[in-house]
Amino acid sequence: MNHHHGDHDHVHHGSELSPVEARVRALESLLTEKGYLDPAALDALVELYETKVGPHLGARVVARAWVDPAFRTRLLTEATPAIAELGIGGRGGEHIVVVENTPEMHNLVVCTLCSCYPWPVLGLPPVWYKAPPYRARAVIDPRGVLAEFGVTLPETTRITVWDSTAETRYMVLPLRPAGTDGFSEDALAALVTRDSMIGTGLPKALPVEPAEMPV
Amino acid sequence: MNGAQDLGGAHGFGPVVPEPNEPVFHAAWERRVFAMALAMGYTGAWNLDGSRAARESLPPAEYLASSYYAIWLKALEKQLAATGLATPAEMEAGRAMEPAKPVARTLARDGLEQRFRAGFPSSRATDAPARFALGDEVLARNIHPTTHTRLPRYVRGKRGRIVRVDGAFVFPDTNAYQGGENPVWLYTVAFTAQDLWGESGDPGGTVTVAAFEPYLEPA
Repeated sequence: MNHHHGDHDHVHHGSELSPVEARVRALESLLTEKGYLDPAALDALVELYETKVGPHLGARVVARAWVDPAFRTRLLTEATPAIAELGIGGRGGEHIVVVENTPEMHNLVVCTLCSCYPWPVLGLPPVWYKAPPYRARAVIDPRGVLAEFGVTLPETTRITVWDSTAETRYMVLPLRPAGTDGFSEDALAALVTRDSMIGTGLPKALPVEPAEMPV
Repeated sequence: MNGAQDLGGAHGFGPVVPEPNEPVFHAAWERRVFAMALAMGYTGAWNLDGSRAARESLPPAEYLASSYYAIWLKALEKQLAATGLATPAEMEAGRAMEPAKPVARTLARDGLEQRFRAGFPSSRATDAPARFALGDEVLARNIHPTTHTRLPRYVRGKRGRIVRVDGAFVFPDTNAYQGGENPVWLYTVAFTAQDLWGESGDPGGTVTVAAFEPYLEPA
């Protein structure tokens, strides 16, 4: 099985194509010839989701929520229009729900049935999110899954797992890291990782100052 | 359908293996399959629910042994053949042998980004009142349709509580087969981990699913 990395590009010389490459190329030629597709539109779709839409957008939303309490309230009440205030939205995130981590509650997002994921704020999902191990275990063993991501929560922190079974798409609002008072939105956004918005990670910790390091 | 896609709670798949600095696509052909699936969906020959139905109806062994975009490719080929937009022989040859069939629209490069940044909402108006309210105890029905559904097996027959009333949405179970959007109310239903998984459930843990009204009955 090859769930983790898809079928990687292999080195091909001359016109030699792997079977799947040949099949995909033939299909695109056919659908273009029949007038159903414009290859330039395919290029634009790839460009949009490979280079423009990604977790840096979700990080902006999180950073705004950390500095602006009124925005945070709007985000947690009705996320899609709040996110649209930042010019962010679109396909795969028409109905976003933002769930907030607290010291008492950690949120984890999964799609057990396929790969539903809030595209406009996080981009396309990583392979592990779409693959059977995560989809199978996130709902039955969330602490075990979190441990594989290096996240250990206090036992007193309860976990809610959000299974994305409809067009409502979930994004986690992680806890703001300690020691970030006075940080700019940009500096805060740089601490927000993709995984912290899925719930499989936490925001980046601040570097420990030498004076604070344990002796 | 009780297919291989319904993975919640399954054992034996091993650890989650994140890939550091993972690229968005792992091969050039994945880019084209991704974009072709979206662009063909845009023609209106089928809808997103139909695409999910096509993917999950792959034989379970094949579904589990295929990479993600390989599943998309196989489903796309299946949908093209089923709608008559392309025949298997044409797909094999990579050239047209039959006249093209009319499609409602095609995706042009001009305006594409704006269209995808605007999105394609699946919320709909309904005159029907919501059957359930926030806080209601509900039972996820013990149904096993052989066709597309979005009620995962692991909650069927389980008791939960409404924690959000999400609004009315396109009903995937009929929409997948061009049987109409039939908007119904959607709810977020919370189940305790121990109601779902017994003693192995995470103490104090909760799992929520988004459940369409026909999936639920009063507890």
